[in-house]
Amino acid sequence: MPTILDLPRETSAVPRTASGTRPLPQACKLCGTEYPASPAATCEECLGPLEPVYDPARKLPDAATIAARAPSLWRYREWLPFNGAPEVSLDSGFTPLLDAPALARRLGVARVWVKNDAVSHPSLSFKDRVVAAALNAAVGLGLDTVGCASTGNLANAVAAQAARAGLPAWIFIPHDLEVGKVVGTAVFGPRLVRVRGNYDDVNRLCTQAADRFGWGLVNINLRGYYGEGSKTMAFEIVEQLGWRLPTAVVAPMAGGSLLTKLDKGFREFTSAGLATGSAPRLYGAQATGCSPIVNLVERGGDTIEPVIPRTIARSIAIGNPADGRFAATAIRRSGGWAAAVSDEALVGGIRLLAESTGVFAETAGGTTLAGALALAEAGRFKPDDEVVLCITGNGLKTVEALQGALPDAPIIAPRIRELEALHGRDL
Amino acid sequence: MAVTFSLPTVLARLADGQSTIQATGTTLGDVVAEIAGRFPQLAPRLRDATGGPYPFVTYYLNDEDIRFRNGFATPVTEGDEITVVAAIAGG
Repeated sequence: MPTILDLPRETSAVPRTASGTRPLPQACKLCGTEYPASPAATCEECLGPLEPVYDPARKLPDAATIAARAPSLWRYREWLPFNGAPEVSLDSGFTPLLDAPALARRLGVARVWVKNDAVSHPSLSFKDRVVAAALNAAVGLGLDTVGCASTGNLANAVAAQAARAGLPAWIFIPHDLEVGKVVGTAVFGPRLVRVRGNYDDVNRLCTQAADRFGWGLVNINLRGYYGEGSKTMAFEIVEQLGWRLPTAVVAPMAGGSLLTKLDKGFREFTSAGLATGSAPRLYGAQATGCSPIVNLVERGGDTIEPVIPRTIARSIAIGNPADGRFAATAIRRSGGWAAAVSDEALVGGIRLLAESTGVFAETAGGTTLAGALALAEAGRFKPDDEVVLCITGNGLKTVEALQGALPDAPIIAPRIRELEALHGRDL
Repeated sequence: MAVTFSLPTVLARLADGQSTIQATGTTLGDVVAEIAGRFPQLAPRLRDATGGPYPFVTYYLNDEDIRFRNGFATPVTEGDEITVVAAIAGG
């Protein structure tokens, strides 16, 4: 297998001229109206979401061809929304899929796998995938400034990848985010703006900012291209399982996009003959303090009722999820379900994941595992299930969540007698 | 009550290019109805067949999502700012 060193290298802060990356045209997901490639994510006819349109006759690679490519998300480039070669963010993706037998026993299933985007390059969350897609769209569309509205992980990813690509970035976050996420953004030198309000307030401001200033805000006017990057998590799961599908997948839900793109990714690989097995049941997890999508799954219907977030799971605290209705539809269609868990339970999920797999997840990951435990308790899994848990971000970003939850480490003098005393106590 | 009504570019095209419109009414629904009457092409983008907002259009009265108030029945007061935002964003 080629290494990352085989990829063409990026240069930083080089003025861009003609780009080799050509974003695909888009069409409305609701009414089908078609649009040429542009920094727009909203249908002018019905205000529905735009999605890239792929050429159904394009040549697709087989499994052996994909497996021989460099280990990044671009090994699946035929399913990403561009013609021509990507120009920036070439080395994100292809994170580990870990076998977790202790969790399989806890959930009462045959196997559990942890898809570990907590070690994603370069910013330690799955947002590196979507930002890689969005920045190539920005470059291909000739945009000279990028940015985002973020609960933290996206801010980290945009700041890091924009810095490397030499693109100025405007990044907007709620004023009271965790320190790790603020520092993990500011260090890359973007224009970081803290907005008084919650994520939904930030999102509204950014929607107006994209309109006013013409920037490429990755999850606003580049959203159609951005979202496609999430499919690569599904592609990797299939490939890492030996080109087959798991029977169930549990993912955290914020705006709901990840879950819909996992669904799309599994379907696309099945259609291409690259995945064997039945489509997995999809399960979504949210914190009880912000669970509008879980509420919709449980209630039925297709209209999200927004909520005001009140949870320590800041990275998934979106009270008005743009893809909420689509995520709920994908969950129900797959035969899956959704679960909301308390802040206390999600902290327990962080600890259980760490102690049983060696993976330190942020609050969204704790929500995923705690949600899986709740779903198991409710009898949603079968004994022969193979369950993938999507861990989307790194726990070092949200250490505040564990304050008071872990035992204090004793402090001793550098004397063996004091250690012997401790050792005896532990015995 | 005189209020200011702000549209995103995608909708301003249907209001003679105006992104900010002065309007009057006692409820948000009154204001939307007045603007819909003045700009017939814009009207079907502001309200669905039942007269309510679409799922992909969010209305803010000053800084508050009207779904946390009383929807189109929410009263407006002199000088209020109403902002229409396409809901497909974020996450």
